[in-house]
Amino acid sequence: MDALISFLHAAIVAGTPLLFATLGEIVTERSGNLNLGVEGMMLMGAVMGFMVGLSTGNAALAMLTAMIAGACGALIFAFLTITLRANQVVSGLTLTIFGSGFADFVGQDLVGKIAPEGLRMFFRPYTIPLLGNIPFIGPVLFRQDAFVYLGYLTSILLGIYLYRTSKGLNLRSVGENPGAADAAGINVTLYKYLHTLLGGALCGLGGAYLSLVYVPALQEGVTAGRGWIAVALVIFAAWNPYKALFGAYLFGGLDIIGFRMQGLGINVSQYFIDMLPYLVTISVLVVVSMKKSKEKASPKGLGNAYFREER
Amino acid sequence: MIMPVTVHPIKKSEPSKIKAASIRIGAIVLALVASSLFILLLKLNPIDVYIKMVHGAFGSAYRVRETIVKAIPLVITSLGIGIAFRMQFWNIGGEGQIAMGAFAATFIALEMGDMSRPVVLLLMILAGMLVGGLWALIPAFFKAQWGTNETIVTLMMNYIGIKWVTYLQYGPWRDPKSLGFPKIANFTENAILPKLFGIHIGWVIALVLVVLIHIFINHTKKGYEVAVIGESINTARYAGINIKKTILIAIMLSGGLCGLVGMIQASAVNNTLSVEITGGVGYTAIITAWLAALNAPVILVVSVLFAALLEGGSYIQTVFGIPQAAAEILQGIILFFVLGSEFFVRYKFVFVKRHQVTVGKEVH
Amino acid sequence: MENNYISMKNINKSFGKVVANKNINLAVRKGEIHALLGENGAGKSTLMNMLSGVYTPDSGSIFVKDKEVMFAAPKDAINAGIGMIYQHFKLIDVLTAKENIILGQKNSFFLNQKALSEKIREMSVRFGLDIDPDKKVYNMSVGEKQTLEILKVLYRGAEILILDEPTAVLTPQETEKLFKIMNRMKEEGCAVVFITHKMNEVMEVADRITVLRKGETVRTVEKESTNPKHLTELMMGCPVDLSIKRIETEKSKVAMEVRDLSAFNAEGVKVLKEMSFNIYSGEILGVAGIAGSGQRELCEAIAGLYPVKNGQIIFEEENLIGKSPSEIIAKGISLSFIPEDRLGMGLVASMDIVNNIVLKLYQRQKGIFINRKPAEQKSLEIVKQLDIQTPGIKHPVRMLSGGNIQKVLLGRELDSKPQVLITAYPVRGLDVNSCYTIYDLLNEEKQKGVAVLYIGEDLDVLLELCDRIMVICAGQITGIVDARNITKEEIGLMMVGAVNSIQKEEVSEYDNASDRTPN
Repeated sequence: MDALISFLHAAIVAGTPLLFATLGEIVTERSGNLNLGVEGMMLMGAVMGFMVGLSTGNAALAMLTAMIAGACGALIFAFLTITLRANQVVSGLTLTIFGSGFADFVGQDLVGKIAPEGLRMFFRPYTIPLLGNIPFIGPVLFRQDAFVYLGYLTSILLGIYLYRTSKGLNLRSVGENPGAADAAGINVTLYKYLHTLLGGALCGLGGAYLSLVYVPALQEGVTAGRGWIAVALVIFAAWNPYKALFGAYLFGGLDIIGFRMQGLGINVSQYFIDMLPYLVTISVLVVVSMKKSKEKASPKGLGNAYFREER
Repeated sequence: MIMPVTVHPIKKSEPSKIKAASIRIGAIVLALVASSLFILLLKLNPIDVYIKMVHGAFGSAYRVRETIVKAIPLVITSLGIGIAFRMQFWNIGGEGQIAMGAFAATFIALEMGDMSRPVVLLLMILAGMLVGGLWALIPAFFKAQWGTNETIVTLMMNYIGIKWVTYLQYGPWRDPKSLGFPKIANFTENAILPKLFGIHIGWVIALVLVVLIHIFINHTKKGYEVAVIGESINTARYAGINIKKTILIAIMLSGGLCGLVGMIQASAVNNTLSVEITGGVGYTAIITAWLAALNAPVILVVSVLFAALLEGGSYIQTVFGIPQAAAEILQGIILFFVLGSEFFVRYKFVFVKRHQVTVGKEVH
Repeated sequence: MENNYISMKNINKSFGKVVANKNINLAVRKGEIHALLGENGAGKSTLMNMLSGVYTPDSGSIFVKDKEVMFAAPKDAINAGIGMIYQHFKLIDVLTAKENIILGQKNSFFLNQKALSEKIREMSVRFGLDIDPDKKVYNMSVGEKQTLEILKVLYRGAEILILDEPTAVLTPQETEKLFKIMNRMKEEGCAVVFITHKMNEVMEVADRITVLRKGETVRTVEKESTNPKHLTELMMGCPVDLSIKRIETEKSKVAMEVRDLSAFNAEGVKVLKEMSFNIYSGEILGVAGIAGSGQRELCEAIAGLYPVKNGQIIFEEENLIGKSPSEIIAKGISLSFIPEDRLGMGLVASMDIVNNIVLKLYQRQKGIFINRKPAEQKSLEIVKQLDIQTPGIKHPVRMLSGGNIQKVLLGRELDSKPQVLITAYPVRGLDVNSCYTIYDLLNEEKQKGVAVLYIGEDLDVLLELCDRIMVICAGQITGIVDARNITKEEIGLMMVGAVNSIQKEEVSEYDNASDRTPN
């Protein structure tokens, strides 16, 4: 039982960077933009957040910087695809390449450095009174670090935003049918820009978690493909922030399961365990695409630029 | 908000090919200018850096050979990616397909490396293309059957493919003679591609493929069907085109070409299989294919230029101490500018003054 | 003197070289129904799009309630009290009626579901609009969607309603209902502008009519002082007989027999229900039905593109079910389907005419290579024969105007000399001249002995052009009637399934006739 609790606890920790990236991409895709640059934005956030964290020792500043870095990456993408109507797939891929190069370049002197003591203290697990004492759930969910709690909060807030506010309704319509949203008087361009930037900021935050808390050090390619898994998770979660929680933590679990299995004496080659998250991602995608439902479908305007005067 | 002048982007009537090309070249020039700013930040003289880059790529016979060797995998992979992209099948799996092709070729090399040279090489080529093709066929099947997002599946297959090679390198295929660092045995002489004019004959293969693929796209039925499917899948249906079959064939070809690259790299360049076999070509090829507008002869030119960029890039790395990552940043900047320039190719701006009967400027 | 709600003065608008509106003047009064009449391409929609803020005029002024306004975006027009109901509904399918209505409004931050439902219910009662606020749009019928659009616009405080070709997708009964609603709006003090190219509607419901031709205002008339003939003359510029000639041919043999055709869609819903009918060589069989009644599925099933569960399609004594689409094309059955966006199903937009013509030719060529020379030849022929306006056969097809694009498509299909021609919505959005070119083409094919299956939206056209009309409703045939002896209203009832009159006598009469006619 203890092993299970500890496993679930670790799964949540491992899944948190995925969660932020997934939530970020959900926001972006809900506005109709397919931004495949998640990996790049995460790396930018990881590096910039780490850099600021290292020099100032201030957690809030570090996180903020990570968000801005991610948003800057998203800004390039947004400008290209929204204003200049460039192909979204290629633009996103380019952002990944650029972001990765940027992160390697800026971080070259910082590689291998460990997050400063002050920050690590700040991000140590904190038990929430009362909730933390509930049997089973308590230790799993409520004895986590601040970043994880931020993850819960962000997911819930996004869910409320999307489904219970008028602005969220507007956002959903922009992604589904920008023409209709425009005719209803919504400023489609503004919504697309704002939400793509917000999405980027969240991705940057996800990257920062890796370099500041999870590892916690700066490594080259610290994201290790998580950005791409996040893109898949968006589909798995059917663009729903609440389901993203479930998906991210599930994959967090897959990420660390190899470790645990070896601990249990199950002898499987390390390499096949490494493949597991990717294999599962593929399976999940295939299964989801086999079942087609109107409600769970992608926003219909996804991947297309919108322009009003079309003749 | 009432403005005295309104600015509208309006779709242009079909731009001439020359105009389109000149806008794209202009974008690249702009990109170089922007990169110059970046280089200035490094406290270096941009002109100096660019000149050294050109020198590094073409400065001597040796360097020219190196550039060509770098260009070969790029050309062939771009051709493969280009076919898939033409069908709007976003094949991001070049890396994995190259790796798996290399794996298959290596298998032949290790098991049958003693047979006669032409036989071994031929078998390696076939194996590489087959396995690379199959690796791409899996995501193609899912897409054709259930519409599964190919971008992510091909990408996931990259990781799986690389992990597989890693497993082989550190496990069953690890050369017992390698001390310290795990390595797969070197190929026998018979499994190594011969050279022609000092460069392995991959260059001949590349040129031949450029011609073949160009013919395929423009003059064969399948190539035509690929283009129709990419443009309008409903039209393809209504014309009676067997969509599933065409997708599978085209993507298998796409993966096969990448697999071939894996064979070439393993056989001629590395003489073995390792995790670094791809050198990121699977991703770079996406950029070159896109820059070349998926056009075979242009792919050849762009790939050589890009290889020069990379070769020159590693030269200045040693001369100026600029890190490898800088090359990636440069690649990104160039592509951003070209992506953005598409807009100016397709649209023109129309300035319309209020209360004046003015019609937008013509483009000819 | 101005009690005009709307006044548009000297409006000009061009798109590149194309002049859409030239010196247009329009005045709409409070409490009137004002029709904007003109054929397709006359500039009606463009003009109204400027009024609704989608486009901005190049020059000229717009006055709303005697105050000059300049709209930079739809939002401005909405704020000025203008509500536009577009031909292609601007609704979000996955949202409910209520959500669509309140979209983009200055709502409270959190959506107060109950209060909003109340307000909407109150409005729908006041205007006599029947709407279920919690129904998802993708579950709605076309008529319901249109009602929703109207309510949406009223919710935003619109006092001026603009309806763009509202009856194009409605049954005759729904059209009547719409006219009732329009009159109600009028009574409530709104100004209603409705764009149409149908004379009879104008005569029924409009107070005043402004006729546009080739982007210019021809005249504004009071309904009492005009008649359909006069309006036609104004619309076309000369006295023109807008009736379609129906060519009489001898009843010939059965070209194709459809028996008990049944099919299910991907969600398991039965979309074709035991359809049985014959189509004869040398006839035009029209197909009428509400959008989504199974027209597309029927066409695709015959062409081999849709999975069929049961039934047979007999052509030349063979059952077509199970054959591949290319086999069916090779047998001489041709399908041309113009979808809503006009390019999506028959042509490749970015390719030129030659490459589009090749689409039907290349499969018959032997080998793996394509020889484009015959296609080039054909392209030149077709362009000449159908008078297609194009800069050249090597220019991308998307640059052509709608009418010319559809001519290319039809020309290509006709060129393959089919025995059965299935054509769906061939004149969608076309100007009158192009329409008639196409009707003539179809009549020519009919005379050659081709069996033509014509799916269309416009009941008037069906009644004039076709020999028989088959009415379908929800995948079922509710009537096969003689076009000479039926009224629009009767068809309308069959379209909604209110009347199901498979007139067995009608069918057997033809069958008997075919026995007697020599082959």
